[in-house]
Amino acid sequence: MGTLMATRSVLHFRDVGIGDVATVGGKGASLGELLRAGIRVPTGFAVTTAAFRRTVEHLTVDGEPIPGRVAALDPADAEGLAAATAGIRAVLESAPPPREVADAVAAAYAALCDECGNPDLPVAVRSSATSEDSAEASFAGLQDTYLWVHGAESVLAHVRRCWASLYSVESVTYRLRRGIPETDLGMAVVVQRMVGARSSGVMFTRSPLSGDKSVIAIDASWGLGSAVVSGDVTPDSFVVSKVTGEIKRNVATKTRWHRPDPSGSGVVETDVPGELQDVPSISDEEIAELAATARTVEAHYGCPQDIEWAVNDAGEVFLLQSRPETVWAEKDRARRAAPTARPFDHVFNLLGGKRPTGG
Amino acid sequence: MPERSFPLPSQIEAVPGAEGWEAMYPYFSRFQPEDDQRFWFYNSMHFPEVVPAFDGITSEIPYTAIGANTARLFSFPTTMGIEYRIINGRVYITANPVLDEAEQGERFVAFQERAGHYYANWDRIYGEWQERIEALIADIEAVEVPELGDLDPLEVVTGGRGFASNHYLRERFHRCIDLYSKMWHHHTELLMLGYGAYVVFFEFCKQAFPEMGDQMVARMVAGMDVTMYRPDDELKKLAGLAVELDLGDLFVEGADPAKVLAALGERGDAGARWLAALEAAKDPWFNVSVGDGFYHHHLSWADDLTVPFAALPRYVEQIAAGEDLTRPTERLAGERDRIAGEYRALLDTEEEKAAFDQMLGLCRQVFPYIESHKFYCEHWFTTRFFQKIRAFGSLLVERGVLLAADDVFHLRHLEVEDALVDVSLAWASGGTELGARHWQPIVAERKRIVEALSGWSPPPALGAVPEALNDPAVKMLWGITQETIETWLGGDDDDGSTVRGYAASPGVVEGIARVLLNVNDIGQIREGEVLVCPVTAPSWGPVFGKIAAAVSDIGGTMSHAAIVAREYGMPAVVGTGMATARIRTGDRVRVDGDRGVVTVLG
Repeated sequence: MGTLMATRSVLHFRDVGIGDVATVGGKGASLGELLRAGIRVPTGFAVTTAAFRRTVEHLTVDGEPIPGRVAALDPADAEGLAAATAGIRAVLESAPPPREVADAVAAAYAALCDECGNPDLPVAVRSSATSEDSAEASFAGLQDTYLWVHGAESVLAHVRRCWASLYSVESVTYRLRRGIPETDLGMAVVVQRMVGARSSGVMFTRSPLSGDKSVIAIDASWGLGSAVVSGDVTPDSFVVSKVTGEIKRNVATKTRWHRPDPSGSGVVETDVPGELQDVPSISDEEIAELAATARTVEAHYGCPQDIEWAVNDAGEVFLLQSRPETVWAEKDRARRAAPTARPFDHVFNLLGGKRPTGG
Repeated sequence: MPERSFPLPSQIEAVPGAEGWEAMYPYFSRFQPEDDQRFWFYNSMHFPEVVPAFDGITSEIPYTAIGANTARLFSFPTTMGIEYRIINGRVYITANPVLDEAEQGERFVAFQERAGHYYANWDRIYGEWQERIEALIADIEAVEVPELGDLDPLEVVTGGRGFASNHYLRERFHRCIDLYSKMWHHHTELLMLGYGAYVVFFEFCKQAFPEMGDQMVARMVAGMDVTMYRPDDELKKLAGLAVELDLGDLFVEGADPAKVLAALGERGDAGARWLAALEAAKDPWFNVSVGDGFYHHHLSWADDLTVPFAALPRYVEQIAAGEDLTRPTERLAGERDRIAGEYRALLDTEEEKAAFDQMLGLCRQVFPYIESHKFYCEHWFTTRFFQKIRAFGSLLVERGVLLAADDVFHLRHLEVEDALVDVSLAWASGGTELGARHWQPIVAERKRIVEALSGWSPPPALGAVPEALNDPAVKMLWGITQETIETWLGGDDDDGSTVRGYAASPGVVEGIARVLLNVNDIGQIREGEVLVCPVTAPSWGPVFGKIAAAVSDIGGTMSHAAIVAREYGMPAVVGTGMATARIRTGDRVRVDGDRGVVTVLG
């Protein structure tokens, strides 16, 4: 990527790929890469790490630069930490960012509205971490997602809330204890067209239970995916064989769903109407399309994937995110079979009884 | 888990009306007091019904052969052979494991040398095996029951033979038993090694792809030119010929085969051509048992045309409607190779792929034997064997000893020999056989006993709960795993509306159950019903065309019922142990072939 792009405050998904994690974070890079692989993702843009840095450098707390203020904190002083981080968050959320950053975000949102033909386009605003370390990401509060956000001003406000979450007590404590310098801090924010999700969920391109790579495991429920990710609902579970396409179904009673607030902003969590609770939340055709999409993504990346997806009212499948599956990747290394001198030596190895190994 | 136990053999209660059943079986098949401390399981797969006295030979002889093969010929490292016991007419078995590690090591050295020789020369040995087994079949077919006239024929004297025909009574009866024994040795000759190759690939697949169904492993190795499919293929050809010759109107559901044959005889050239084609197909392809070859009353198609003629009307109808019933072997072979190729591609490393290729290759090398041996052994040879014994039964009827030929099957084989000596003596002395007075009350009593015992429900296992059952040989040879045992121990927990077994063929279907206890009722099955039966033998294949799903008491995922169900693409749950007891004809049931569960809905 050229230096020009690396310094821009916003970048459209179509202009980024997997090599741009440092600029647009893991989510942003992954969405750009999915687009390149020909996968349908909700369109949008990333507010870059450059925009974040520029803002942090621009703002001060009580006349003091933010990085210096954080570096001076004592992780053991809980009270001091709480007060100081609250101050920093308040500034990030309320003090105006550099004009150039604010303008860039507003312009990108306006362009997105044009692209989608909706002047008041609802979007999802989600933090996009630059770190590969999932533990860090979760401690650092980098999992923020704000759904059904409208209007340029509100979009910018939610971007700033994502930034501010980097200065939560937990996040700062984590950095201080790990000795991670504030100058290394980077975070991007993804702004993405909201999919009117009729159903959504997650899927793995191998079994999360057994690690089996010959199946795709799909969890699905009504409404927005937040209900599945948060564990608010027991989802339907479908296991699809990559080899035969056979589907093992386990349709759950889905009691709760997350839906856009009818007032026009945010999300409400309510009970699923009785007549929908025991109905499969996706059709066999949708399962087949999800499985095919999952295989495309897995083949594109060359390793098993953990994918968030949604299906809109028109039955169109969208991917919201894809990242490498990590739990089983580690266990794979521990296994296993190698060829023998003669094929029937395998029989001897299995039926040989408790002999010294290697026989 | 010492407090857990299956019912002890010594505590099994007598069945009213079956007193004296012990005399039907040899002394060495009876439970001993010390057997309470051992683990026994009911071999429902091979012996789903009460074993008549003569049919005791179908456990006695196979277990002499299987054990000899694993313990003495090939020296399997972790196992000797199988011991069997009979109680209340049911066969229980247990494996004798080799637990001492030093002994396992010694046995392993011999195993490598001996099994290695067979694996390394497999194709040649299998070719020779086929010649030997066909020779044995010719031998059993050639056995003649001697005719005892007033005088022996003149040639016996002038030809210088020097001995009278009653000598042949014992010799030829013995020859039947001896040939049966030899057949079983050849049956097991390649079988255990073949299963060994299969279980290696199976275990590998289960480790690499834990979600893979058992049936998928079978699909990757399945042969295309399988002997067991031939009888059904021949039937379809006959149906085609009937359509071609404009004889289709004679094949209607429920028609008596004898009447159909008579009607064909009145249809001139066309009828004669069809009957000739039937005769040609019968030898050898109708030598297929309606059961699994362990009971005398499981006749072959050739002996009783009920089963094939129950299938013909539908085939005729389908072919007349323009359907192509020939097995799409090319497509099936392509599908098999595609599946194997895709699983292979999912393996991570070249090393694993190379190991996969070796195991699959070995499996496919041994599989033609595994798939075909049953036709030659349990079907062709065994149905001929029982017909010979039946012929000796006819002789005993002629001599006044028995009332019906099939009564011979209520005598143990050593008792039959006694009865033949009786005949031999009476013919020689000019006296009268004493057997009528002796055997006829015994036969009558044993018929009552068999009837009484058939109402007994045998526990799946007896005796001590084994501590661990992880030996792949035990799993391979007898299909018993720790999970099986847990299921048996917890078997009483459910509410009775659910029956569990092996998921043998995928899919979920609801339908009306047709419980079929007797193969002769096969004509009752109606389109779209769920077949529920003790065992689905390969020869039932034809009815699979009209049922929606199959459920059996016995059988594993490699049973022929499972193979046929997968071929027809219908759900099947096999090895349930109790489906025919829990489900009634007319029940609405859901068959879940993905999970191996059958639910009675009402």
